[in-house]
Amino acid sequence: MLTKRIIPCLDIKDGRTVKGINFEQIRDVGDPIELGAFYAEQGADELVFLDITATVEKRKTLSELVNKIAHKINIPFTVGGGIKTEEDVTVLLQNGADKISVNTAAVLDPTIINRFARNFGSQCVVLAIDIKCEEDNNWYVYLNGGRTKTNKLVMDWAREAVDLGVGEILLTSMNHDGTKQGFALDITAQLAETLPVPIIASGGGGNEQHFYDVFTQGKADAALAASIFHYKELAIPDLKKYLHDKGVSIRL
Amino acid sequence: MNIVIIQYNAGNIQSVLYALARLGVEATVTDNVETIQAADKVIFPGVGEASTAMQYLQERALDKVVKNLKQPVFGICLGMQLMCAYSEENNTTCLDIFEEQVKLFKPTDATIKVPQIGWNTISNLKSNLFKGVPEESYAYFVHGYYAALGDHTIGTAQYIQPYSCALHKDNFYGVQFHPEKSAKVGEQIIQNFLSL
Repeated sequence: MLTKRIIPCLDIKDGRTVKGINFEQIRDVGDPIELGAFYAEQGADELVFLDITATVEKRKTLSELVNKIAHKINIPFTVGGGIKTEEDVTVLLQNGADKISVNTAAVLDPTIINRFARNFGSQCVVLAIDIKCEEDNNWYVYLNGGRTKTNKLVMDWAREAVDLGVGEILLTSMNHDGTKQGFALDITAQLAETLPVPIIASGGGGNEQHFYDVFTQGKADAALAASIFHYKELAIPDLKKYLHDKGVSIRL
Repeated sequence: MNIVIIQYNAGNIQSVLYALARLGVEATVTDNVETIQAADKVIFPGVGEASTAMQYLQERALDKVVKNLKQPVFGICLGMQLMCAYSEENNTTCLDIFEEQVKLFKPTDATIKVPQIGWNTISNLKSNLFKGVPEESYAYFVHGYYAALGDHTIGTAQYIQPYSCALHKDNFYGVQFHPEKSAKVGEQIIQNFLSL
């Protein structure tokens, strides 16, 4: 039986793993290669590496890091951050990334989704969407690491992106990210029940119950978290055993 | 041991190469016919689309080369599907090593996603390819098309319906999942292939 996936996320800045709260207050939490290998050993189902500095000068550093990660880790991993062109994708895939994620660049030019899907296959194109629920109770898409609001509603953008060929959607609620108060269950379920691609829920996972809720009520295919794993507040083997014991399909 | 990974327009060649490197095994990535034919073991990877991949192979006469290999050959994901007779993916005639047909997953309700992405259990494991691999082990799958059950099935998985997660005929082996990304289980299967 296909299992729900637990995905630790490593934000990378200048070659180190960092973590912010509500997209700000960035702290260093360790070496991404060591941390990634540790999570793989602990039973993580996949890993996501997001380069939050991603500038042109840093791209070579990122591809070298990806290459080292690929040599060390025996589970799938996604790399994101500043990807704009086919060449960016080619370099990352050639260095061993299994999937790439796009965010801002895809909103600015949605045709890149179609081009990436055609050239590399939908299975390796993950669309990351940062969303915030505003006072009007609608979920809006944000860009540039949460700094820029758009007028796009998440469901509209997600549908368009699926039509263009994205293989998975990584949905991060900025209202929940870093709060450890639980995932955004309603909007996650709306997307998961409407769209034909897997939804990775992100933002707000603080304890075992939150993960149970996002898989059951939130209908998520995968759940992503960072700080609770980095700060060892929740161990992956304990989390997976908890979910398994509560009847969630999980790889032990 | 001389291990060759067939170079073609497949997406996971590097991942397979790195997985071998993690096991301390060197491999050559090539589309050179003589080098492929001279190898002790041949790995036929694959991530991509069936008709484009078959066309690429045919243009370089690699289709006949693969089909006529006598040493152990290991097809992975699309590589395994291309070793079947036919794929519904863009109506593609494949290598016809395995008579099994490759079909599109048809979701029975809105919550079932296609492609299948993630870890699924592998069962009914036969052949030395799975030596030391327990029944119901987890492997990592990414695919929208599946090989139906048939005479050459040596392992099954369940997604919408049961299907072949592994096939074997003579010197040809194929797996639908990605052993290069399937943690320790995957490493064991790659080791087993190298020990055939």
